[in-house]
Amino acid sequence: MAERSFAKEVKSLRLGAGAEFRGEGILAVTKALLQSGVAYVGGYQGAPISHLMDVLSDAEDILTELGVHFEASASEATAAATLAASINYPLRGAVTWKSTVGTNVASDALANLASAGVKGGALIIVGEDYGEGASIMQERTHAFAMKSQMWLLDPRPHLPEIVRAVEQAFELSEASNTPVMLMLRIRACHVYGRFTAKDNRRPAFSADDALNAPIRDYGRIILPPSTYAQEREKIQQRLPAAIRFIAERGLNDFIDGESDDVGIVLEGGLYNNVLRALQLVGLADTYGATKIPLYVLNATYPLVPGEWVRFCGGKRAVLVIEEGQPEFIEQAASQILRRHDIQARLLGKDMLPMHGEYTVDVIRKGLKEFIGHWAPELRREPRVAQVREAPLVPAERLAAVVPPRPSGLCTGCPERPFFSAMKLLQREIGPLHISADIGCHSFATLPPFNMGNSIMGYGLGPAGASAFHHEGERRAVSIMGDGGFWHNGLTSGIGNAVFNRHDDVTIIIDNNYSAATGGQDIPSSRGANEHRQGNNSIADAVRGVGVKWVRSTSTYDIPQTLKILREALTTPFKGPKVIVAEGECQLNRQRRVRPLMKKAIQEGKRVVRERFGVDPDTCTGDHSCIRLSGCPSLTIKKNPDPLRTDPVAHVDNSCVGCGVCGEVAHAAVLCPSFYRAELIYNPTRWDRLLARVRGAIIGTLQRRSERKRLRFAL
Amino acid sequence: MTTGPIKLCVAALGGQGGGVLTDWLIEIAEEEGYLAQSTSVPGVAQRTGATIYYLEFFPRAEAERAGREPIMALMPVPGDVDCVVASELVEAGRAIQRGLVDPEKTTLIASSHRSYSIFEKIALGQGAANEAELTELIRRQAKRLILFDMNAVAEQHHSVISSVLLGALCGSGVLPFRRQAFEAAIRKSGIAVETNLAAFADACRRAQEGEDPVSSDAASNSPAAGNAAGGIPAQARSPRLQPLLDRIRRLPEAAQATALEGARRAIDYQDPEYAALYLSRVERIGRLDASPWTLIEAVARSLALWMTFEDTIRVADLKTRATRFARVREEIRAEPDRLFGITEFMKPRVAEIAGTLPAAVGAWVLGSPRVSRWLGWATGGKRIRTNTVGGFLLLYTLGGLKRWRRGTHRYVEESSRIEDWLGRIERLAPGHYDLAVELARAQRLVKGYGETHERGWKSFTALLARVEALAARADGAAVLARLHEAALADEEGKTLAKELAALGGPE
Repeated sequence: MAERSFAKEVKSLRLGAGAEFRGEGILAVTKALLQSGVAYVGGYQGAPISHLMDVLSDAEDILTELGVHFEASASEATAAATLAASINYPLRGAVTWKSTVGTNVASDALANLASAGVKGGALIIVGEDYGEGASIMQERTHAFAMKSQMWLLDPRPHLPEIVRAVEQAFELSEASNTPVMLMLRIRACHVYGRFTAKDNRRPAFSADDALNAPIRDYGRIILPPSTYAQEREKIQQRLPAAIRFIAERGLNDFIDGESDDVGIVLEGGLYNNVLRALQLVGLADTYGATKIPLYVLNATYPLVPGEWVRFCGGKRAVLVIEEGQPEFIEQAASQILRRHDIQARLLGKDMLPMHGEYTVDVIRKGLKEFIGHWAPELRREPRVAQVREAPLVPAERLAAVVPPRPSGLCTGCPERPFFSAMKLLQREIGPLHISADIGCHSFATLPPFNMGNSIMGYGLGPAGASAFHHEGERRAVSIMGDGGFWHNGLTSGIGNAVFNRHDDVTIIIDNNYSAATGGQDIPSSRGANEHRQGNNSIADAVRGVGVKWVRSTSTYDIPQTLKILREALTTPFKGPKVIVAEGECQLNRQRRVRPLMKKAIQEGKRVVRERFGVDPDTCTGDHSCIRLSGCPSLTIKKNPDPLRTDPVAHVDNSCVGCGVCGEVAHAAVLCPSFYRAELIYNPTRWDRLLARVRGAIIGTLQRRSERKRLRFAL
Repeated sequence: MTTGPIKLCVAALGGQGGGVLTDWLIEIAEEEGYLAQSTSVPGVAQRTGATIYYLEFFPRAEAERAGREPIMALMPVPGDVDCVVASELVEAGRAIQRGLVDPEKTTLIASSHRSYSIFEKIALGQGAANEAELTELIRRQAKRLILFDMNAVAEQHHSVISSVLLGALCGSGVLPFRRQAFEAAIRKSGIAVETNLAAFADACRRAQEGEDPVSSDAASNSPAAGNAAGGIPAQARSPRLQPLLDRIRRLPEAAQATALEGARRAIDYQDPEYAALYLSRVERIGRLDASPWTLIEAVARSLALWMTFEDTIRVADLKTRATRFARVREEIRAEPDRLFGITEFMKPRVAEIAGTLPAAVGAWVLGSPRVSRWLGWATGGKRIRTNTVGGFLLLYTLGGLKRWRRGTHRYVEESSRIEDWLGRIERLAPGHYDLAVELARAQRLVKGYGETHERGWKSFTALLARVEALAARADGAAVLARLHEAALADEEGKTLAKELAALGGPE
């Protein structure tokens, strides 16, 4: 069950011709797939394309009606390999993932797919996780397109354009027998807009048709001599075909401007921001009418030499606005222009920064410089307020009162107590080398835990500790989530450790979901999902690949977790030691439990709700508890004690009563300030009687000591 | 040339409903005949970080007249945002850092409440950002500011902050949309409609009144805020304590408020005789002090805290009070008739148990590993249910041991430590006044329980060990102050160790 339900959005997937679709860019892509008669869809979740996967898995019924097969693939490699169905058959298929990380994982299958070539349209939708909001290393998908000879579309961030790009991508793929990548930047994935829908199309050719009449063509097999033939085919047939298609179908846009001796070439995805920048320097209007001619590359690979020659010919200077590095487009363009002896001066990364996101502000600065040098006659008074160069408020004074706000584990997160235990353990035995992984648990590398020495990739935590396998005193510790485990960690980490006789410790944090990407189901998910087979035990899988030392613990039980960790690090047992630390993702749990509790209370059933609190008069404001937990609901407030100035710890109302506060107070010899309150809804007669009796006795004693205290009031 | 779209930026924290607010605004804009675009960069920021939502609105009619669609940007541009909505005070500051708030263009709508970042929370002492300063900077930067505690308003109406933000936006009048459209959007979403509408209306009114309290409330609730001292009464509430009050009133005025609090605390902790002891110690220092009476004030404060050290008796006493039960009920928002239980999490160690025993016995216990080991069985994590008769009696009895406190091992130990500390201050005061003041303040390091208390005591003794040497230096007081801060810089005491090493001399 994903974090967000798309029940409402799913309805809009049914919209017919003429109806207006409203929603997020990534949902428009989903609708476009159905309009294009796609036969199968796969992918692996991850921002910014998680919603595409979530919508599809909420839309199983519609997909079944249309005869579309959907898979929540085990990994991006699985998803890419799924496209093999389009090699021999006229089946349209689409897969999606977070790029470049997903593309890295997929590239083995992608390279072979690209070499074999496709008969049916094969579309790869990548969410380019670059710039603000990105959670991965900063690279470009562009390189993959070039190295494997796949085509790359980068449409304008405008729903109608995005939808058209999806439809054209399939045609391009079929016209050139080559898989096509459609790249969407983070904001484009989340942009809200409208487009006029078409009817959904059933795939013309189905998987059954294929299985009933299998086609085999040795020319499509990745073995010599086919591979040599395939490379030739890529260059002699597919590439020219693609260039022809892009040119003839006018995938790229030419926008005329007054000036004819300068021009701007830009990636389609940057169109809106470039136009806003032009507007801010007074060279365009709200509707995109511009003084400088534009050449908008909705297809960024391959480039169309003829179009470049046509656009740049007779111009003094052309500015290429290309985000990220290296500047592949600029490089290719200079070769084209040189070959065709076009004398226009080519500018790009020398006016704009080599690296980093191209925000409107960055583009504006580059434009100003370009115009200043090459088209001073175009310089005019900007129509929109300028940014003041020197802000009113001094930056350093501001910096001193605006603390950074890093991401962290959610309120009640089951991973928190585990890392509290790790912190306590390291206090006992000193610092450990911890090979971290991708997932919510990577937040443990941030305060207050500051744990983890490297991150090598999804499911690669244990693999990242391989070199530390030795007969020494100390053992390396590696961490991996259940998501990473099923993605590849079972073989790349656990299997590898068994085979190479590792002696170190691997912790698999099992929160029941692929939580960081939005709580999607994975093979070990406990929740019922009629379309998937869950409940596959991680511990069994680990034993299955030959691990002899396997322990399980509930993350919320800190003492037990500590005991097992100590044992794992000290046991004379030789061989990989695997600890499965289990605790359900609190976001999903609350979504499941809250309604049930409400219902039970309304039905008059006896319900006990727990939450934690701190006594401000015993708390001395040292905040050790916060340094050991970091729960968002455990915060600070002004010290009510007139003699003390340090703020006291305070549990706010978002507390879900997960119990970690008490556990931490016990496990670390902390302070007695924490209390747990158990609120009783619909108490029984017995509850009431007991409460009355207790109240009477306790009340009497309290009044007695109250009276005593009042005897001495200063 | 057109006016261009209306540009709105929402800075919210994960889980504050920035997405809901955005959906509402899109809904409203379209209903009001505007073309609307929104986008965001959530990513990992959804997990307790900060998320920016960006919206643009453009009149549909104007676009139709032009026969073309306006091109809308996907991100806010510094100096070109009409309105910034910040769901929390520091996020408003961050929006200014990003250059989004332009003094000639931007209306800033922000909540004055704080949601502390982990960096502020993990400090060993005071780590919260200075709200007064931040508020002043915000006020200076914004063209127009609507600032009030939107979290409080939301809670007051059992609603969520997103409806308060929406109300403030409506009231501010920065958007050309009718109020009915706003309310319709809330109704249409169909969730908690009544409470959301109430919060919306309240916020809308405050915004129309251009609410911008020189956020006195925010400042006073802020952990950064100091403590205001109350006036000194002429008459003690119980006549027999009048002599104590008179002694306080004879102290230098600068120290009276603190001394009164200290005396009250000593009585609450032990008895009037204990308060008398406290006052006589304060008076001792007073004789060495002179205007502006910095030393006596500092000592009065630190001494009060030290003399009321948190032993098991004190904790048990505080945990069992009627006032505490009432406070818990309030904290957990339990309705007057709601039944609830309280479970305490305590972990007495041999040290705590021995500390509560008669001095000689306690010393013997701590001195004998065997007995300690044997006592160890009684230690470890305890869950005491204070609302049960058994649990309450246990703590109540323990709290009752107060009358024998003066005989306990912990009391004897602390008393001698206090005397040693006071003695040093007395010796320093005449020649090294500032150093004496810093030594008085340094007591702040000793606080908490178990390991925390041990860490604090370790740092404090490390400072004590240097005092003599520092007396020889002109900048002794400054150095001690620096050591004091260093001791609070990190848990492992790395910074303090570095500072001490830099000083050289005894380890």
